[in-house]
Amino acid sequence: MVSAFIGLVWWLIDNTVANLARQNVATGFGFLDNNTGFDINQKLIAYDETSSYLRLLLVGLLNTAIVSVLGILLATVIGFMVGLARLSDNWLVSKLAFIYVEIFRNLPLLIQILFWYVLLIELLPHPKKSFSLWEVFFLNNRGLYLPWFTTLPGGGYLLWVLGLFGAGWFYVAHKARKMRELTGHNKAYARNYILIGVICLGGYLSLWGVPFEADLPALKGFNFRGGLSFTPEFVALLVALSLYTASFIAEIVRAGVLSVSKGQFEAAKALGLPTSVSMNKVIIPQAMRVIIPPLTSQYLNLTKNSSLAAAIAYPELVSVFAGTALNQTGQAVEIIFITMSIYLFLSLLTSFLMNTYNARVALVEK
Amino acid sequence: MQQIIKWSRKNLFATRMNTLLSLVSLWLIYVTIDGVASWAFINASFLGADKASCIANPHGACWPFVTAKLNQFIYGNYPAGEQWRVNIVFALGALGLGLLMTGCISFKKQLAVLMLTAYPVLTFILLSGGLLGLSYVETNQWGGLLVTLVIAVTGIVVSLPLGILLALGRRSELPIIRMMSVVFIEFWRGVPLITVLFMASVMLPLFLPEGMNFDALLRCLIGVSLLASAYMAEVIRGGLQAIPKGQYEAGKSIGLSYWKSMRLIILPQALVISIPGIVNTFIGLFKDTTLVMIVGIFDLLGIISFHFTDPNWTSPQVPITGFVFAGLVFWVFCFAMSYYSKSVERRFSVTGENK
Repeated sequence: MVSAFIGLVWWLIDNTVANLARQNVATGFGFLDNNTGFDINQKLIAYDETSSYLRLLLVGLLNTAIVSVLGILLATVIGFMVGLARLSDNWLVSKLAFIYVEIFRNLPLLIQILFWYVLLIELLPHPKKSFSLWEVFFLNNRGLYLPWFTTLPGGGYLLWVLGLFGAGWFYVAHKARKMRELTGHNKAYARNYILIGVICLGGYLSLWGVPFEADLPALKGFNFRGGLSFTPEFVALLVALSLYTASFIAEIVRAGVLSVSKGQFEAAKALGLPTSVSMNKVIIPQAMRVIIPPLTSQYLNLTKNSSLAAAIAYPELVSVFAGTALNQTGQAVEIIFITMSIYLFLSLLTSFLMNTYNARVALVEK
Repeated sequence: MQQIIKWSRKNLFATRMNTLLSLVSLWLIYVTIDGVASWAFINASFLGADKASCIANPHGACWPFVTAKLNQFIYGNYPAGEQWRVNIVFALGALGLGLLMTGCISFKKQLAVLMLTAYPVLTFILLSGGLLGLSYVETNQWGGLLVTLVIAVTGIVVSLPLGILLALGRRSELPIIRMMSVVFIEFWRGVPLITVLFMASVMLPLFLPEGMNFDALLRCLIGVSLLASAYMAEVIRGGLQAIPKGQYEAGKSIGLSYWKSMRLIILPQALVISIPGIVNTFIGLFKDTTLVMIVGIFDLLGIISFHFTDPNWTSPQVPITGFVFAGLVFWVFCFAMSYYSKSVERRFSVTGENK
């Protein structure tokens, strides 16, 4: 059986080599250095016609990443809200959440993406008649425009410092919790940390001024310039991915909360904890053990599903690299290999992290 | 009346927070129903032979588009004179499934086997023809709901046995078989379907010797089926793991061979436990069939989008109406399947409690 398998693989490789030779297609990964010769409409890093295919791969990957990360955030928030709403005492709220889940879970994602896309393109007004909120947020059929900022000299460094400060907060909060568990005293580490941070920031700003400048979108000619802009493709994809995945997350959250035994609810009530505290400190932490593994696989699904953007030409990994670049170079084997490897790597990484987590939180049974 | 007030006091207006939530929900319901009703009925156009009436009603659905194209949406470009063959396939499928699901017949097992073996063969003969005096219909003439169902049913029929084999392989004691199954399953589960379809449409022709080339639909079918098998394998593995060890040992102790103990003892129990998971995989598969439109196959969604470009019908409301129609069709199928899966689950959980 093994030899049959090896024989089959050999036969396939042999055919492929013969076919490639006959079609005169170049092989190898040398094409990654060539110029792509085309531009794309959403890029987070510098890219133009003269950039290489490697650069294109990176741009596509970043576009996949941004829509996935934002989608995951939104889907988690909506999913938790809907999941908890389904468990609400309020009959109307729980029925509405139920209807939400049944509608969005049973519709193919591709239809949802295309639907939001045509809705944005066909029904929203032209830039001159945009919907606007306080004249700083604009929505029209060219996209969504938000106010943003540009950095003046020194602003870039300040952003890095702020980022490091934020990361440090997690460490301090972790330390404070450890301390509390160890000694039982509640030291105000986290509060002091933030206080020091705010004083430093205030000092910096009063000495050297604000190193940022507001960048508001404004109508120039036929379109908006400035601010932070999102293409309709991006908005449609983000909305569809978040709403679709949220319906699955809602079910996961509901199952997780229901898995916590009833005695825990009653114990929290008996202690006189208010509902919000008993939810946050008693129920949800226990439910998370059940929620996290399927939640991670939903995150992975969302990332894989972002590849459906090929249908509306949002320039993510599959649509620019496995689509346009493949058509231009004809090097199908290499390109599909790279694309699949990236997704495969993500998926294996996720399942590795999930297994580690599972091993850590698993109940130790005696 | 008294009871209604009592009920709503308890369930809608118990606390101040609940009252607020109820009012917000009522407002949401009102806005949604109002929006949907005015789009789908009040402002919609219902009659007309081309886009004229749809352009006249710019704020409502364009239903004439759907009614005018319904035949293509169901059969694609399947020759009109031969469409009775498709109808027979649909009718047989519906009859078989209906009998299986209502479940008050004695030959259920035999029927299930028949549906998984004879039905696909019969479907193939009827649809593509070239045999028994039926004229040959090329697959590029198939389209619409027909193609969607063909892909979904093929995926289901292939993935079930293949998934069982893979799941058994993954739990096998032979390291090479286990490793091959693990690699196969993790590979297919790790890549998005769309890259698989791209691979099937551009790479499969490269893998095969010159001259041996098969049609686009078959290529998609292979990709979809292999992907579905990997997901199916994981579901069935879950079922296999839920069977107590004693059952395996019992099979061994009465001297049954591996295959016999699997066939007679383990699989019947494992498959029954996994029915909800299997149906959920089917639902996922059914929704995913829409992706074939990206590689140029005219499934239901593909053919609907294709007709948006018909110059007789180009108007802003046509795409929205088309997608809503496609969504309705898919939703009905998926909802029915998930409803069935839930009812099965409920039936098992009841018997579980009786133990």
